[in-house]
Amino acid sequence: MTEYASIAQLLALEGSVPEVVLAAYSGEDDARERMREALGVMRESVREGMRPDLRSVSGMTGGQAAKIRPEAALGGKTLARASAIALAVAESNAAMGKIVAAPTAGACGILPGALFAVSEERGYAEEQLVDALFVAAGVGRVIAQRASISGAQGGCQAECGSASAMAAAALVQLAQGEKTAMDSAIAFALMNLMGLVCDPVKGLVEVPCVYRNVIGVAGALTAADMALAGIVSPIPADEAIDAMGRVGAMMPAALRETGIGGCAACKLREG
Amino acid sequence: MGSGAGNGGEMDIFDIIGPIMIGPSSSHTAGAARIGRVARRLLGAPVEWASIGLYGSFASTYQGHGTDRAIVAGLMDMGVDDIRIRESLSLAREAGMRYSFYTIDELRDAHPNTAVILARGGGAQVEIQAASIGGGAIRVERLDGVRVSFTGENNTLVITHTDAPGVIAQVSSLLAGQGVNIATMQVFRTVAGGDAVMVIESDELPTGSTLECLRGLRAVNTVTMLKRLDR
Repeated sequence: MTEYASIAQLLALEGSVPEVVLAAYSGEDDARERMREALGVMRESVREGMRPDLRSVSGMTGGQAAKIRPEAALGGKTLARASAIALAVAESNAAMGKIVAAPTAGACGILPGALFAVSEERGYAEEQLVDALFVAAGVGRVIAQRASISGAQGGCQAECGSASAMAAAALVQLAQGEKTAMDSAIAFALMNLMGLVCDPVKGLVEVPCVYRNVIGVAGALTAADMALAGIVSPIPADEAIDAMGRVGAMMPAALRETGIGGCAACKLREG
Repeated sequence: MGSGAGNGGEMDIFDIIGPIMIGPSSSHTAGAARIGRVARRLLGAPVEWASIGLYGSFASTYQGHGTDRAIVAGLMDMGVDDIRIRESLSLAREAGMRYSFYTIDELRDAHPNTAVILARGGGAQVEIQAASIGGGAIRVERLDGVRVSFTGENNTLVITHTDAPGVIAQVSSLLAGQGVNIATMQVFRTVAGGDAVMVIESDELPTGSTLECLRGLRAVNTVTMLKRLDR
């Protein structure tokens, strides 16, 4: 068992990234089987979230993912599907559906959005998706240790930002990109959402949370595409992670999941 | 609502991809369900009646987060991934369980996501104060008026007893004799010679006969085995 405390270490260890993450797991249960179960729950949460009649307990969200029409989308089909899936899972969460926190319940739509939308186009096998989840888990673990994955501690950048970085790395894994591309994809995704505040209306995981899942998955797709095209991030992933952690520590409490500042302070549209 | 956040220390990859849970919030929904379930397990019988106090963020957002449904579901021994959490209030009423909620304005030194549960069933009664500390993790902070601290993530033996010389030694030697390795042990008491609580986390699950032997000890009042909560 070899441990990793940084993205640089995770990528430097011998073997593929999924292998390294799996080898460092200390639990006694079958980790691949557990990851398959998580993937299955993610898939089911997409189905649930696509229901047009779905509503959250507060009534503020639900049923919106079903409105997205991929064939008419300006950004193309894959991006539209990724958006719809991310929104569906996040809305399912708000409606007390069964979801996989990834890394949190508030950001649970981003990873399924990225994995399933790209897989629909390219037809990846189940085990490849499981490998991608191991990559995402390893990246998330490093972020949790070096910075934070909690909105109350580090703002939305720590939740949707971390999920976006995890998804970007998972996409590079699916596309069989180089490890250097993985590092850049993580850095780009974190740079995109650096400073994003956690400002839930009425303190509930709904507005703007479900829509932020969409920008999180869009950022993951573009970050992975840039990295796979050979664009190298001038800032290494670990530097971006540490910076995100420091920005979170500077954030005032009103912008850290207290339901006071940002969107939470806005008057809602009537009706 | 960070999964596993705020706990510090090492984080498992299934704290990152996981937990599998009923939304919307790991702290306000999953953690709340765990608190209810710990109360149910400590009671050791189906809950017939419960009075549930909510403090802080639990009190201000409980309806939108389903915190009330989650706690009642936990009191009915449901896990955090049990889809019946959504309908737990009506399921509880159908099962004849009576419950009521109230909000707590002041609670000294309490975590912002705290619940106080008084539960009765099977002729027994238990009262806990517990906090949802992030990512679905919880900490029990008071048990029947005695300040304690345990999470329910390990096999936990809770022994209430009268504070007297030698009780701790008796309990630990009895467990050692039965081959139970103590991982952590905490002792709490109200006043010298008063009510006391021992919280013992162990690797092995003590057998039923071990628990009976513990119950036979003179100063011991109750012995409760809390099996580790996976979900």
